[in-house]
Parts: sequence; C-alpha cells; structure tokens
Amino acid sequence: MTIRELDVDELFHAALNGNRRALGRLLTLIELGGSAADAIADQSFHRQHGVPVIGITGAPGAGKSTLTGQLLRTLPELGLRPAVIAVDPSSPLTGGAILGDRVRMDDVSGDHGFIRSVATRGHAGGLALSVPGCARLFDSAGYDPVIIETVGVGQVEVDVAGAADTTVVVVTPGWGDAVQANKAGLLEVADLFVINKADREGANDTRRDLELMLDLSHVSGQHQEYRPPIILTTAVDGHGVDHLWEAIVAHRSHLERSGELTRRRQARFRFEVMSRLNDHLSSMVDTITATIDDRSGRSPASLSAELLNSILAPDAGRLR
Amino acid sequence: MADTFNETRPIRVVLAKLGLDGHDRGIKIVARILRDAGMEVIYLGLRQTTASIVAAAEEEDADAVGLSMHNAGHLALAPKMLAALRDADLDVPLIIGGIIPDVDIPVLTDAGVAAILGPGAPAEQVVATVRNAVAR
Amino acid sequence: MTDARELWQEQFEAATPRPIPFETMSGVPVDPVYGDGPFPGQYPFTRGLHPAGYRSRLWTMRMFAGFGTAEDTNARFRELLRHGGTGLSTAFDMPTLMGYDSDSEWALGEVGRAGVAVDTLADMEDLYAGIDLSAVSTSMTINGPAAILLAMYVAVAEKNGVSRSDLAGTIQNDILKEYQAQKEYIFPPRPSMRIITDMIRFTSAEMPRWHPVSISGYHIREAGSTAAQELAFTLANGFAYVEAALAQGQDVNQFGRRLSFFFNSHSDFFEEIGKFRAARRIWARWMKERYGATDERAMMCRFHTQTAGVSLTAQQPENNIARVALQAMAAALGGTQSLHTDSYDEALALPTEKAARIALRTQQIIAHESGVDLVADPLGGAPYVEWMTDEMERQAELVFAHLDQLGNGSLLEGVYAGIENGYFVGEIADAAYRLERHINAGDRIIVGVNAYTEGSEDDEAHLLRIESETEDYQRKRLESIRHDRDNDLVTRRLAAVTAAAEDPTVNLMPPIIDAVRAYASEEEIVNAMKAVFGVYVEKAIV
Repeated sequence: MTIRELDVDELFHAALNGNRRALGRLLTLIELGGSAADAIADQSFHRQHGVPVIGITGAPGAGKSTLTGQLLRTLPELGLRPAVIAVDPSSPLTGGAILGDRVRMDDVSGDHGFIRSVATRGHAGGLALSVPGCARLFDSAGYDPVIIETVGVGQVEVDVAGAADTTVVVVTPGWGDAVQANKAGLLEVADLFVINKADREGANDTRRDLELMLDLSHVSGQHQEYRPPIILTTAVDGHGVDHLWEAIVAHRSHLERSGELTRRRQARFRFEVMSRLNDHLSSMVDTITATIDDRSGRSPASLSAELLNSILAPDAGRLR
Repeated sequence: MADTFNETRPIRVVLAKLGLDGHDRGIKIVARILRDAGMEVIYLGLRQTTASIVAAAEEEDADAVGLSMHNAGHLALAPKMLAALRDADLDVPLIIGGIIPDVDIPVLTDAGVAAILGPGAPAEQVVATVRNAVAR
Repeated sequence: MTDARELWQEQFEAATPRPIPFETMSGVPVDPVYGDGPFPGQYPFTRGLHPAGYRSRLWTMRMFAGFGTAEDTNARFRELLRHGGTGLSTAFDMPTLMGYDSDSEWALGEVGRAGVAVDTLADMEDLYAGIDLSAVSTSMTINGPAAILLAMYVAVAEKNGVSRSDLAGTIQNDILKEYQAQKEYIFPPRPSMRIITDMIRFTSAEMPRWHPVSISGYHIREAGSTAAQELAFTLANGFAYVEAALAQGQDVNQFGRRLSFFFNSHSDFFEEIGKFRAARRIWARWMKERYGATDERAMMCRFHTQTAGVSLTAQQPENNIARVALQAMAAALGGTQSLHTDSYDEALALPTEKAARIALRTQQIIAHESGVDLVADPLGGAPYVEWMTDEMERQAELVFAHLDQLGNGSLLEGVYAGIENGYFVGEIADAAYRLERHINAGDRIIVGVNAYTEGSEDDEAHLLRIESETEDYQRKRLESIRHDRDNDLVTRRLAAVTAAAEDPTVNLMPPIIDAVRAYASEEEIVNAMKAVFGVYVEKAIV
C-alpha cells in the first residue's frame, strides 16, 4: 500500500514506529486542516510528552538557519532527537513560496532529526493552528525538542512565537536589527537574545543597547521575574551554541519552577480552542450570509439578530 | 462541517543539483517560475547527495523531485537518484532539467525519469510538465 | 601635433612591428591609430594597453582544453599547438576543481567529464609531457585548490629542468567570483583570501612571469548578470584583492603588474566593446588615484576573453559559428590580450576535435583576413562607442559606491558583505530571470530558438562522449601511487601544510609544493587545509 492510501490511524502508527514518510504525510494533513487534521490533533494530544518547544526568530540574514543547523548537529550528541519547523512567507501574489532554510541546516536531518519547511500560505490565522499542531505531532512521535524557526518581522511571527515555550530572538551587531526587533514587538516575546556574528564589530555595543532596552521594559513592568539573557554566538563555526542551549535549558527550568510553563500552556490551549471556534464560526457565518441581500427590507441589525438566534437554537446543526 | 483551511494544497517540489555541478542559473529560474505558478519549492540548491534529496522528499512530503544537470553526468546520476527514491519507497516523479542530448532522452525515460526539460524551456512548459508529472 | 600624439609616436616607434604590410586588402596603407588621445598605451588606456595595438603582437590564441585523462588532454594540447595555437589553457574536471580525488564518492560520474582529471603530480607530469614549459604560456582554470595545482606545475617544470622563474602563465585563482557566480568554492571567504594573497606574494617574488590571479567576469556573466554588472563586480573583486594584498604589506606596483582579468564576450556587439574600453579606463584610474600605483604597468587592465558559452544554442548548432565569430570580433575590437573561441557544438557537450579546430580557425580568420589588426582601437571616437564606454563606466561606478558604503570605505569589506548578504547572487539571479522572461515573451529573438526555427529538427552534431574508463583508470592509478609512495613522508608533509594554515605569517606555497612532490593527492592536501579553514555553505538565494 502506498503512503497516500493509508488512513490517519495507520499513518500515525507508522510514524510512531519511525516511518519518516508517514510523518511527512501527517504534517501535510495537519496543514490542510479539516477532519484529518482534527483526527491527528486528537491522537497527538493524547500522546504528547510535553517536550520543550523553542521558537527562533529574527530579521532575515541574522543567521537563524545556521544557528538551528548547529543545534541540530550538537543536540543528538546529548541524546536528543530534534525536529525543526521552518516557516517562510508565501508570495501574496501567487501563493507560491521558495523554502530554502533547510539548506543551511547542512543535511543533518538523517537519523537524528527532522526538518519540515512550512509556507505561510497567506493566512496567518491558519498558521497559528497548524504550527502548534505540527509541534504536537513531533512531540508525540518522539522528537525532542521541537524548534520553530520564523522570520521575525510581523504579526505572523509573533503569533507563531506564541506556540513556543522559549522564544529566542536573534540579532546581529549593528543598531538596525535591535530596533527592528523592538518594532516588531519581539522584545516583549523574547525569553532569550542571541547576538549572532558576534565576531563582527559592534557586538558589544549591541549588547549594551539590548540591556538598555531590557532595563526600560523592566521599569515598565515586563520581564519582572526573568530577565532574558543575552548570548553571543558565531553560528558559522559553532561558537557559543553550547551556551545558547544552556540558556534554553535554564529558561525551561525557570518555567517549570515558577509555574509559568503551566500558565503559558493553558493560555495556548485557550487560544487554540478560541482559534478553532472562530474559524468554525466564521465559515458558518460566511455560509449563512452568502445569499442574503437587502431586498427583504430588514435592517442589518435586526436581520443579524434573527440569524444569530437561529444559530444558537438547540436544534441547530452540530459542529461535527 | 466546513474544512477550516485550504482543501487542496499547493504542489510541493524539491529542487536540487546532485554532486559537484555548480551551474545554478537554470534551477534558480525554474524555482521562480514554479513559485510564480503557486507552487512551494523546497530549494536545496547545490552539492546535494541522493541521501539528502530523499530525506527532503520524505520530510517535506514532496509531490515531485526536480534535478538540474549541466555536466553530462545524467546517464550515471539519474539512475542513481531513481534507485534511491525506489529504495526509500518514495513514489514521486523525478523530473530532469538541463543539458540532455536528444539521443539520451529515451534512455532516461525508460529508466523511469518522468519528464525532461531542455535548457531555456519556456515557463508555461515548465509548469505544465510539473503539473502533468504530479497528476500521473 | 599635440603632446599626447608626440609621446604616443615615440612609444609606437619603440615597438617592433610584425613583418606584414600595414595596408588593406586593396593595398591602401593605413595609420596605426586614428582620432584623438589619450592614445593606446597612454593612461587611462581606454584605447588600449599598447601603443602599437596588434601591430606588434596579435592576441594570444588560447584555446581552453581538457577532458578525460591527462594523456588524452596532452594529445589535444599538442594538436592545438600544432594547428597554431599560441598558448595552453587547461580545463579540469569537477572533482579536481572542487578538491576531490577521482576515487571520492563526490567524483562519481564526473571524472574526466568537464575537464582533465588531476589527482597527483603523476597526472600533471602526463598532462604536460613533451611540451617545453619554458616556451609556452599556460593558463590553468582552477580556483578553490589553485595553490595545489600551481605547486604541481612548478614541481613538473623543475623536474624537467625549467626554473620556476621562467614559467609564464596564469592561474585563475579568483575565489570571490566563486561565491558570486561559479560556486566552485571550498573554504570560506577570508581563509580563501589568505591563500590567494600568499600566492600573490609567492609569485611576485619567485615567478615574475606568472599571473597569480585572473580576476574573472566571464562566469558572472554566464550566471546571468548584465554587461555592466559583469564589469562592476569583476573590477570590485579586483579592488578587493588589491586591498587584501596592501593590507599584507605588499607593494602595489609590484603585485599590480601581475594581476590580470578575464571577461566574457557576449552577443551585443557594441555593448561588449564599450565594456572592454570602460574596464581599462576604470581600472587605471582606481589603481592610480585610489590605490597609489605609480608604475603604469600596475594600472593596466590586461585581459583574456572567452566568447559567451551561454549564448550557444543546441538548436541549429552551426549557427553558433556565426555567433562566436561576432563575439570574437568584438573582443578584438575591444583590444583583448588573449582569446578563447567556443566550439559550435559546445551547447550540448565538450567540443569535438573538428569543432575545436573551427573555433581556432575563426580567430585566425579574424586576425589575418579582416584587417582588424592593422589599426589600434579602430572604433575609438565613434559617437555610439564612446557613449557606450561612458555609460558602462557610469553604471559600474554606482555599484562601487554601493559596495564602498557597505564596507564602510573598504571595497574588500564591501565585497565580503555583499557575498554574505546575497547582494551579488541576488542581482545576478534577478538579471537572469529578467532576460529569460524577455526571451520567453519573444521580446528578444534568439535565432533558431524562438524564431527561424526551421532546421532545428536536423540531426544532432556528433557529440563528444567521455567514457567511464577515465574513472576506472584514475582510481587504479591513485591506488598504485598510494601504494608506491613514501606514506610517512606524505603524512609529515601534510602536517606541515596544516601547521602553515594555522599560522597566517607563513606562506602556504612552499609546504604545498613539498607535499605535491611527495605525491600527496589533491584531496589529501585540501583536507589538511579544511582542518583549519573549514568549509563554506551558501545561503539559498534564488
């Protein structure tokens, strides 16, 4: 039987037994959404171990992929089996995408890891559900940790960053990146900063600037309990990558000790349920309003009130 | 219940060059052509091995693999790639683009290559070839 | 007569002319140059490097050759020399270009295909067997492992009693354009630059007739750049090498004399001629004004040209003979020092002997029958040509300004930054895509491809096939060399290469020469350097 002929249960079983093709197929089904995605979501929800989910974000050219590649290389030495979800934007005009991140991760995705490239496909909302779904699938299939890599310049990335337990923001020496990061709202979501290409001039100035920004945000009430550390790396030759991992582990401990991990996961759970509800409801709304017009003489206010009652009525169609 | 996301996903194509051949002008143009046609291109680029291409095709659930060849190695390399895909149980079409003399086309096709694109093939032809290969 | 004219006259009279009548086919005597100064041989050399143009010496007819085993290529070399070629130009196979031996798994299917396979000194000995290296000038087209091939060439020459200081030739050794276009890199940019500056210093001191770098635009153009980008990126890379050598304390007048260039000659006739002239003008100005050269020879942009491989069509291949003739003519009118003409069947495979001969004959016809050799810079002063020259220069200066800014006042740093942030690769890919779309849309006609296609279904020209025997032969040879050589000595010599790599004050050439003498293989020596320098992985920029 070919992979495409298997159903979700069979695929799941195969994936848990190490069949990478099956896992690849399941990831596709999650991205597609619909009943297959929901079935996978159920299965993986019950099988998840709660492995660390790490978000790596930052401006283009900061060296995120190279950094991730280094992690993929070193984590197996610690007995871990990492999975990477590399998110890149789709063309708003054509819907297509060129996904080139995995190249920099240097072909290490053999037995030790798994790399999946994901395009935004034009709807940020969809990504906010499919990426956590993929992360949970990797978790249930035995991968640890799950790394989500995004280009940190917009709301999409901030949303996706919400799927991570630890968010790493990567900048390079020079004022530009740090300002960009701040503007994109990444300063608030950052649990950890990396100054990559730290062999360049200006690395220490950038560190100082970041510390200053953190001082200010501390004053305004953020980062009260945990001040994001700043790690210097040179990803191309691996310098500092071990410190980065130590900092990630340390953050994880903090999350567990302080109860923050539970709080974040609850918040994400709520967000996921809310997103799904919103999606369901908005397609219901689309369906219902598809054929209405103003010829009935009813005002929008009264017409919508009536439609809402019909949706909420006890004998309205079930969601599933 | 209405599905929450797109019902059909874009075609996903792995593009790569095997071995040492460094001529990537054509493969980059093909990548853009396919993206402009709404496809998702997993661009591996240069210096790939059959192992790295198979890993990508598996992990990315690719619909097709496209290899670009300019160094007259196609008669040795195409069968190697086909064998690697077969060994991994990957039933995805292999499309070869680049400098392939006409006389070699039947040889490659008999070996299992799904389609062959010549240098400078127009965009419409490239897109149609990929779509047809995936549909089969 | 103006001063410039007088000066030019003096220089011209000092040159020895070729023994031919300087008159047209119809017997009309012609002057060596027409129009205004600055004249050929005068700063900034827009009109040419030599006061007598081709009257004293024709361009070198340097046909690129290489395939199969060293013996196969040696036969082709001797053939070309017999047919009147005046310089050797060596093409190596992909494994050799990338620093792999013929028995490496990366070499599968590639041994002897794109050029000649060279694994050890033994292959190099076969390659130049029966050729007097003191009497020919040899060009070697290789970049990443260039130091090793140069070392082998020196070792072969010395084994044959030719002193290294008598060796004339060029090694391409232009790593910057590899990151931008040809992609035959091994190590990352900065360590590669160290190797190159070591080679420049070594040749300056010990091989005064050798050009240690051929700063190349050919590949940048083949990758899809425009003519102005080819010009700008090439000269910018040149400035980068100059700055690197200066930073090492080398003398700009000394190494500047030995730098040479390699351009493409593409199909738009006048654009190419303007490009060549602008190249000379720009290089001279920058070397003098920015880098302080005082010796005019260090200001000269001497260059080799190759007709555009990418313009050759597989359809109706005989048409390519006409294309190449025009491109070669543009190069001659542009004042090239040396020229390779492509063979008509090269769109599909390496050239057959007959096709390679026709390509050489094309040059000979231009040189001896067209009269282009009688007058230096014959198009100088033509309004279109002068405008084109100015326009090429203008566009190039915009690029230099951008890189200068990117590098905070250093072209070297600007080029490193441009490599890293994908500037070069992105510009080239954009230009390639734009051209492709024009051709697709029929805006730009390519005869035989999107117009005048009748005849395209004719039988294919007989193609050169490289059999896989080369691979087997090389493997066996490597095995026996590894068996016969003194392996302890090899180990020690390789360790010395690694030690030299670790110490930036040590010149890498001497330990590499020692290693090749011991029959260490190319891959072994490359690995000894990889241990210190690491490897380069490029970002996917489409």
